[in-house]
Amino acid sequence: MKANDNQTLHDDHEGVWTFHGGIKLPGHKDLSTQTAINKLPACEHYTVPLNQHIGADGEILVAEGERVLKGQMLAKPRGIISAAVHSPVSGTVETIAEHTFPHPSGLAGLSITIKNDYKDEWTEHEIIGDDFINRSSHDLRNVVRDAGIVGLGGATFPAAVKQTEVGIETLILNGVECEPYISCDDMLMREHATEIVKGAEIVAHIINAEKCIIAIEDNKPEAIASMSQAAAESKLDNLIVQSVPTIYPSGGERQLIKVITGKEVPVDGLPADIHVLCHNVATSYAIYKAIYKGEPLISRVVTLTGHGINSPQNIEAAIGAPVKTCVEYCGGYKDDASALIMGGPMMGLSLETDELPIIKATNCLLVTTSEDISLPTSTAHMPCIRCGKCVEVCPANLLPQQLYWYSASKDYDRAIEYNLFDCIECGCCSYVCPSQIPLVQYYRYAKSDIWEQERDRKKSDMARERHERRLERIEKQKREREEKLKKKREALAKNKGSRDKELDKKKELIAQALARVNEKKSTKHIKAQNVDNLTEEQQKQIAEVDKRRADMKKDKH
Amino acid sequence: MLFKKADAPYLSNNSNVQQLMLKVIYALIPGSIAMFWFFGWGVLFNLLIAISVCLASETMMLKFRRRPVQPALMDGSALVTACLLALALPPLAPWWLTTIASLFAIVVGKHLYGGLGFNPFNPAMVGYVVVLISFPREMTLWTPPMGVGDGWPGFMDTVTIVFSGVAPVGQTMDAITMATPIDTLKTQINLAYDTEYVRAHRVYGELFGPVSGVGWEWVNGLYLLGGIWLIKQGVIDKRIPLSFIIALILISNLFAVIDYSSYSSALFHTLSGGTMLAAFFIATDPVSASTTPKGRIIYGAGIACIAYIIRNWGGYPDGIAFAVLLMNMTVPLLDYYTQPRTYGKSERRS
Repeated sequence: MKANDNQTLHDDHEGVWTFHGGIKLPGHKDLSTQTAINKLPACEHYTVPLNQHIGADGEILVAEGERVLKGQMLAKPRGIISAAVHSPVSGTVETIAEHTFPHPSGLAGLSITIKNDYKDEWTEHEIIGDDFINRSSHDLRNVVRDAGIVGLGGATFPAAVKQTEVGIETLILNGVECEPYISCDDMLMREHATEIVKGAEIVAHIINAEKCIIAIEDNKPEAIASMSQAAAESKLDNLIVQSVPTIYPSGGERQLIKVITGKEVPVDGLPADIHVLCHNVATSYAIYKAIYKGEPLISRVVTLTGHGINSPQNIEAAIGAPVKTCVEYCGGYKDDASALIMGGPMMGLSLETDELPIIKATNCLLVTTSEDISLPTSTAHMPCIRCGKCVEVCPANLLPQQLYWYSASKDYDRAIEYNLFDCIECGCCSYVCPSQIPLVQYYRYAKSDIWEQERDRKKSDMARERHERRLERIEKQKREREEKLKKKREALAKNKGSRDKELDKKKELIAQALARVNEKKSTKHIKAQNVDNLTEEQQKQIAEVDKRRADMKKDKH
Repeated sequence: MLFKKADAPYLSNNSNVQQLMLKVIYALIPGSIAMFWFFGWGVLFNLLIAISVCLASETMMLKFRRRPVQPALMDGSALVTACLLALALPPLAPWWLTTIASLFAIVVGKHLYGGLGFNPFNPAMVGYVVVLISFPREMTLWTPPMGVGDGWPGFMDTVTIVFSGVAPVGQTMDAITMATPIDTLKTQINLAYDTEYVRAHRVYGELFGPVSGVGWEWVNGLYLLGGIWLIKQGVIDKRIPLSFIIALILISNLFAVIDYSSYSSALFHTLSGGTMLAAFFIATDPVSASTTPKGRIIYGAGIACIAYIIRNWGGYPDGIAFAVLLMNMTVPLLDYYTQPRTYGKSERRS
């Protein structure tokens, strides 16, 4: 297909496949698409958590009190699945400490707090620009990696890890944005279509893709129009914009791949197994910025919306900026604001406080009132009547009612058998349940319980192994000691014989020496010298002397 | 600012069990009116007795089980059970028969198993089968439909029959009651008469209308309409009624083609007795039916086959209640062996 043939198909959905289930949801998108993307003004402090992605925490490169520049790497990736974080401004590292940040666990994580010096001084950065075409995949992947780019659709998987150049045929840019209320990708596509397409060109070059498909839900005609135009101007030949039906959750990676290619990602596999790579459009934009501007991922577009906020809109906020400041920038809360949700109303994370930073995963901050959502008033729900509505809507084609049955009764073996772990927690089943059972919560609880058990099992296995190893070691040591002792004894026994001989030899020698001495002594006594030819008198004198000597000896004794 | 913590998803389409049950009741109304029109006051008495006993026993059981009464009573499930049971019983059934059937349905069929959502058997059919086995004579107390013979007895006569159990002065029960077309056909065919003979018979012949039995055509037709409305409303899944009706058509056609004189047509079977009530309202009871898409198809077809067998060769006037209960028993197996293929799984089940 030539560049000028890039027609969109937004009136019908030719060439699009369907996935099982899914639901139609009220969009509420226009609440936040009335104004252009505004940039959040600079803040005093930025709190950058290390763990903003799937994978290992980065390795901290700065110390408290150190001056850092805008875009400077604060922590470098540690291991393969990890991502760097960067300073959103120039300033000073104030603290490196535990800080609460938006995370399902609600726990605090190590974060680096930067005090802004308002000088906006950039660190040294290389701009590659159009020259990327002459760079190797490896080099470009490293740039993406060092820019700290992760999947910005919400999953935050390190982008570079997915960009293998072996065996990928199709690059899919995900501009579906199927959750109600969220419009950050929509606005980004309207305003930065060219940049997103350039990002796609870079990724297509890295992974050596044959074609690139930009998927957008048909409820975003403006985005489809601007992306189509950018696609038409692109140098990439096989680049098309594909409108897809508005059905939640068609923005889920696996669902979208099914919609676009008609193929399913294997249960235990990755999109790469069916020759597909899927990136969010915002990720593509971030990659564009890394290559063409040399900027790491230090800001993102965030939708602030819901009936509980005064002026809903999309803003470009620096990573680490306080949520509270963002809300204030958008006119603050209305009096009847009831809940604050990061993400959408189907899969978002409810936040207890706004004293949290914007992180890479923050695509939306939804401030709700009773008009938007109905928070459960009690935990009681009706029993499951097995109506099967959940089966009809499940995009993973599971049997949610059976999963509920086994999860609630903690029959986890059965739950696993019914593919509990293939649940993507999209919430369709809960949405349609006439008994209003919080099904997803049951599944989440069951999953974490199973993980816990697994961990415990592993731990006890490890402990048992360790214990067994210890016993073995003790046994071995004992054996060795005995062996040693035995050897020693044997050696001793053997040595005894030889030593006796030696001793005998020595004794003999000693005896010989003694004998010699005695002999000497005796000869000395016996043989007096110059006693030949003596006179009688002399002999008498000698005799007397001898006698005296003998007497003296006697006296001495 | 501090907010309340909650768990995703935060949206719901706000459907509820009560709404579903009420829609089932609405869908029953046209067919019930036809029942009343053709079979008289007894239908109304059955409904009133069954509803009062079911609701009372539901309340009583909830109290015994120390469960909140209000929400369970308001869910409408006991009401639906009562209506289905009442519409299945013969119009001149004595009051105590209806009472026993209702009590069994709610107490044994539903609450002893743990209440709504936990009963493996369709409660209405449990109640029905208990009285069918225990009181076979009373279970034949059908009136002639409107327009056949003297038609159904008047209000006071019906009161007398239902509440005292004896025929009004100067009449006999045999004269007031009349067997249903299905029952008549079976009895006569067992006596070695053929369908043609029965249809042309001086007395029984009147029971048969242009399609199936007089009145039954209307009753079934209106249940069918109500059922279609339920499918459109998304209250019931089309798989069970469709597979039930298609299987019944196939099997009855098969036998009718082989031996027209001994077996009635598919049209007669689908529009006779409780066929449509069973197809759209009884077999579709979600709690006791299969919940997988494939399982539901097998479940519906299974009920049709068993019901047909009992209708033709069994000892009871109609076989649907037994068929439903028998298929209820197969549900755990059906559900297990008909799991859909999960996304990304290969065709072979691991």
